[in-house]
Parts: sequence; C-alpha cells; structure tokens
Amino acid sequence: MNIHQSATPILIVIVPLITSFILPLLGWRHRRLVFPVSVLALLCSFGLSLVLAGRVLNVGPVEYFMGGWEPPWGIAFYVDHLAVLMLLLLTFVTLLVAIYSKKSILKEAPDQEVPFYSLYLILVSGLTGLVSTADMFNLYVFLEITSISCYALVSLGRGVAVVSAFRYVILGTVGAAFYLLSVGYLYSVTGSLNMTDLARILPGLYESNAVLVGFAFFVIGISLKMALFPMHAWLPGAYTNAPSAVSALVAGTTTKVAAYVLARVMFFVFEPSFSVETFPVTTVLSWMAAVAMILGSVMAIVQSDLKRMLAYSSIAQIGYIVLGIGLANGMGFTGGILHLVNHAFMKCCLFLVAGAIVYQTGRREIHTFRNLSRKMPLTTAAFTICAFGMIGLPPTGGFFSKVYLILGAIDGEQWVFVGVILVSSVLAIGYLANVVRYMYLTADEDEIATEMTVSSHGEPDREKVPLTMLVPMLILAAGVILLGLFNGVVVSQFIDPAIPIGLPR
Amino acid sequence: MLEFIIGHFNNATYIMLMMIGFYAMIGKTNLVKKLVGMNIFQWSIILFVVSLSAKRDATIPIVFGSHSSGSPAHLDASSYVNPLPHVLMLTAIVVGVATTGVALALLLRIYRRYGTLEEDELLKRIRSSG
Amino acid sequence: MKDVAPSIILKVVCRRLVPFVQIFGLYVIMHGHSSPGGGFQGGVILASSVMLLVLCDGLEPVQRRFSVAMATAATSTGVLLYAGVGVLSLLLGANYLDYGILPGAEPRSLGMLVIEVGVGITVTGALVSIFYDLLGFE
Repeated sequence: MNIHQSATPILIVIVPLITSFILPLLGWRHRRLVFPVSVLALLCSFGLSLVLAGRVLNVGPVEYFMGGWEPPWGIAFYVDHLAVLMLLLLTFVTLLVAIYSKKSILKEAPDQEVPFYSLYLILVSGLTGLVSTADMFNLYVFLEITSISCYALVSLGRGVAVVSAFRYVILGTVGAAFYLLSVGYLYSVTGSLNMTDLARILPGLYESNAVLVGFAFFVIGISLKMALFPMHAWLPGAYTNAPSAVSALVAGTTTKVAAYVLARVMFFVFEPSFSVETFPVTTVLSWMAAVAMILGSVMAIVQSDLKRMLAYSSIAQIGYIVLGIGLANGMGFTGGILHLVNHAFMKCCLFLVAGAIVYQTGRREIHTFRNLSRKMPLTTAAFTICAFGMIGLPPTGGFFSKVYLILGAIDGEQWVFVGVILVSSVLAIGYLANVVRYMYLTADEDEIATEMTVSSHGEPDREKVPLTMLVPMLILAAGVILLGLFNGVVVSQFIDPAIPIGLPR
Repeated sequence: MLEFIIGHFNNATYIMLMMIGFYAMIGKTNLVKKLVGMNIFQWSIILFVVSLSAKRDATIPIVFGSHSSGSPAHLDASSYVNPLPHVLMLTAIVVGVATTGVALALLLRIYRRYGTLEEDELLKRIRSSG
Repeated sequence: MKDVAPSIILKVVCRRLVPFVQIFGLYVIMHGHSSPGGGFQGGVILASSVMLLVLCDGLEPVQRRFSVAMATAATSTGVLLYAGVGVLSLLLGANYLDYGILPGAEPRSLGMLVIEVGVGITVTGALVSIFYDLLGFE
C-alpha cells in the first residue's frame, strides 16, 4: 500500500466551488444557462471521483499537500478507500438530485434558480472537501461550509420552512462550536492539527484531562450534526418543510458525512481501544443508537404526512449506522458503512418520490394516496423497491447491511442489540408497508365514479412526471438493487482495506 | 479551589460566558435573544482558543525589519506569541459572522411572514395559518 | 429612516470622515501579510464606510453609487480572484495555492497580497449586501 500524490482530490473540490461563484455573474444575463453549467460541473466532479477511485483501488491511497507545504505544517488531503467510497457516493447522489431539481424547483421555489444552484454547488464542494481532508481544522471549515449552505437551502421551502431553518441554524451552530472546542483542546495538548500526526502523538496522552474533554465535546458536537437521539430536534422540521430536492439532498448526504467524520476521528485519529476501554464512549453511542432506532420507528408509524414520516425514519436509520460504529468490531463497522451507502440511496429515492407525488398531484397525506399506482406506476414502483430495501428484504442492499450488523452484534456478544435490530426492522414494515398498501389499494366505488367524470374532460391519467424527475428516481431504485447484488464487491474492494487497525475482525 | 480557578482563569471565563449563552438560547422566548445567545456561545469558544496562545513576557509575532535587511539570523520562538490559534480563530470568526448573517436573514423572513418574533406567539400563528 | 431628517452635524462629519475610513481600510488590506490586519479586517472597514454613508445620507443616494447588483458581483469577483491565483499555481505546475512558483521578485508576498485583496473585495460585497437586505425591510 504505497501513498502517492495526485491533484485529483483538490480538483473535485474546486470545480464546483469556482462554478458556484461564476453562476451569479452568469445568471444575471443568461438565466437559462445556470442549470446546464451546474450539471456540467457536477458531472466533472463525478468523472474525477471515478478516476480517483480507479487510482486508489489499483495503487493505494492518494495524498495532496495544499500550497506545497508538507504536513504537519501544511494542510494535507488524504484519500483512502473509505474516503473514495464516500466521494463516489456523494458526487453520484448530488448529480442525480441536481438533474431532478430542474423541474421540481421551478414549482416549489420559483425565481430562485440562481441562488439555489449557487448554494447547491457550494454544498457539494463542502461535502467533497469534508471527506478528503486530513486536517482537523480544515474539517471544521468544510463542515461549516456544508452546514451554512444547508441552512439557506432548507429555508427556500414553503411557509414554515424559515422557522425550521432557524432552529437548524441554532442547533447546528452549537454542534460546530463544540467541534471547534474539541479541536482547540486537542491542539493545546499536542500542538498539531494533522490527523496522521495526531494519531502518532496522542497514544501517549490518553490519560490527560484535556484529551478526554476534547473527545467528549467532539462526540456531542458531531452527534448534533448527525441528529443522533437525543439531539435530533432539528431534523423533522428541516426535512418536512424544505423543498423536495433539498430534503432528498440533505437526507442523503449531510447526516452521512457527519457519521463518516465520527468514524474517522474515533477510529483513525484516536485508537479504537481508546473509545472502548479507556473512555467507554462506544457503549454510550450504541445505547443512544438503539433508543434512536426504536423511538424513530415508533414515531414514524404515527405520522400522516409522508415527508414527516420519512424524516422520523431517517432518525431511526442514523441509529443503525451509529450502532455499526459503536459495536467496534470489523463486522459491525462493515455493516455501519454499508448501511450508510445503502441508506443514502434509499432515503434519497424515497424523498424524490415524495417530491414527484407533490409535483403531480399536490398531495402529501398518506391516506390520500389511494390508487396512486394507477396514475404513477413507475414512481410507486421505485417507492416499493426502496421500501423493501429499508425493511431489509433480499436482494436489496438493506438486507445485507442488516445481516452484517447482526453478525457484528453477535460477534460482540451484545444480544440486546440483535433484538433491537430485529424489532426495528419489524417496525419499519409498520410504517412503510402502510404507504405501499394505500398506493396499490383500489379506490372505493364512488371515488372511481367521480374520477371517471373528471377524467372524461381529457385529463391524462398517465404519468405526468417529467423525464428529468423520473430518470434519477429509477436510477437510484436500480442502484438499491445493484448494491444488494454486488455488495460483496463493495465490501471487499472498499470497506475491508479500510477497517481500522486495532478493531477485532 | 480558588487558586485552581485563578490559575485556569481562561477556562473559568469561557465556561461562564458559554453558560450565559446557553441560558439565553434555551431560556428566552424571543428569537433575536436566542440568536444573541448563540453568538455569545460561539465567541466564548473563540476567546478560549485565542487565550491558548498566550505566553509570559512574549510580544506580537511579527518580525520587524526583515523585508529590508533579509531574514534575521536567530529567532527565539519563545519570545513571540503563538500565532497559529490567532489565525485559526480568524477563520472561525468569519464563519461566525456568516452564520449570524444567515440567521438574521431568516429572522427577517419570519417577521415578514408571521409578523412576530416571540416564540409562543409564532407557534400560535403557524398553527392557525399553516 | 425615511421621515427622520439627518442632522447637519451628522452629514458634514460623515462626509468628511468617509474617505479617511476608506483609505484606512485599504491600508489594512495591503499590509495584512506583514503587520496586524488582512483581507477580512480591511473588508469590514470598507463595508463600514458604506454603512456610515447610508446613516448620514439615506439609502437611495448610496444605492445609486453602490447598488445591490454591484455588491453581489463584488462577492463573486473576490472569490474568483482568490481561486484564480490557486488555479494559476496549478497551471504553472506546482500544488494548488503554492505561491512560490508565481513570477516576480518576491512571489510569496505577491501571492498573499492578491489573495488578501480578493478576500477584501468579497467581504465588502457580502457585508454591504447583508446590510442592504436588513435595511430594505419596511
């Protein structure tokens, strides 16, 4: 495994960033060019991350020094197998949601295309920078770039969105401030900000109070960003009231990168033995995750608004990912990361379907979805595939990630968590199968009669969802199945080489 | 105990400011006061990290006269204040300003739409209109 | 703001003060790399000179000189200047934002100066546009 230099990591970050600042100047005169230019920039990023993935898988991790200064004096970018998996996931998902948002934003936030796409591209550059960087303070900067553009994007929705965005601002800033405090404590003790350097210096300092306090602040701050129970208060409001493309984007990316940062710092900067024995944070995290899984699913069952239900379901699924990290063995880690990838695909597709339903019929309540499968066959098929994935039925990806999690819990001899995973999957049937039942259920007799009289005026009952919205949904739904069929490739190529040293296999 | 607090004066100050900010965020019902609390909270953390750079009998970290005479032969690092926390916190201050700007713009839109900035009154108006 | 007539003292003093504030802001930007100061601080001082003018003259006359569109354009231009220096370093063969490869007698000094100017322009544009938004609310 030899580390080599390449300029690709920085290009993946810069291309969206520069484009996003060209867009206001461009959008002044040529508004219609804003969408093609943004999609072109995202396509460039995705292509570059494919090239980077090929290089990392064939040769080894890629390093890049900003400004030519070597670490620990300079900022270094370090892309290993885990980071390149996240880069592929992020660039792919953001590209698809950007294609989807063309028509959807016209309807939900009219006349706001230039700010929307500028903020979107800044968000993408923040996300890609977050997973590639190897400097603790640079991570804070990218974290805040991501969060601030998220706050602004969430506020573009319908009326109540501004209040939810304000709550998100307050809570998200508290989380980031805690992260900054932890970087300050770690710097005061070690004198370095580079992750590889910290991993070298810290093992001698595990007894010092400053390191313990810094780590505690870090875990709380990241849990706020990740919406781990009990710090999830901002999530239902933000996901429900944001525009549909933004909900899909935020659900598929920002919470996932926060979980990635947790795994990165807990297992790569600090040794795994620190989190398990010296300062047993993994126990606390696993129990909070277990409560999140049960409570999130229960709250999702009682919701009548589709997007609110998906938001509470996200809280439960974050619990799965954190449980995988908190189990602190190889199987659990694999399950957590695999579930991160799967859930990004599934939840993103589910939110895109919710947006398509709002676009075509304007309805958001679940009990009004009767007979929807007749009017929107492809959309409801995508919903059903993703619902199967969330419940955990083979051959979708959700089944395999849950199998890894259960194996990890058995490896660690935590039988309670095995039970929690199984119970939560059963609860997922409760809230998802309900929606599927409504969609495929035929309507009552008098409803069919009224619809016959209305549709005789020539209103088409075929799918009215435009192609730019339909194709990303179908690609993501196909991706859910493909991730299941090829999960062996994902695990053996990306996750196995990245399992941190010190974690029992 | 008193000597411990005086010896760790910067910790005591930032914890006090942080708790004041926390109380404002949780205890006050006006949204602008919550925003002010969040600001105090962030600024206290920045104050703490800047205070980590102080040294006894040290001067500001600028080498005078090096442009004209070339770099000086011998530089005693312990007589200059550590500049790295200052630089890092400059970035953090800019981030804080950006967050405050976004939050103020959001407050403006809330006032335009609902006509109030008190949280209980706001919730009542949301329930009746949305 | 519309129906309060600004006093004569305010008008005269502000008009005299604003050029000095702007010169000081430019000085802080230029000397950022070798004395306390820098792009962000200088940009804030420049933005505060615009705010001082609004306080004494009202919103409309100032917006005729420094419009909302110009503030937004300034925000983008500064960042593009900053990123442009980095891309120039990439094109010349070194790492991103490596000033050592720029042409000139003291390349690192030149690189830092251009970047600080970029940051100053962006911060001025951003703060002035925030200020205009907060004021445009009636």
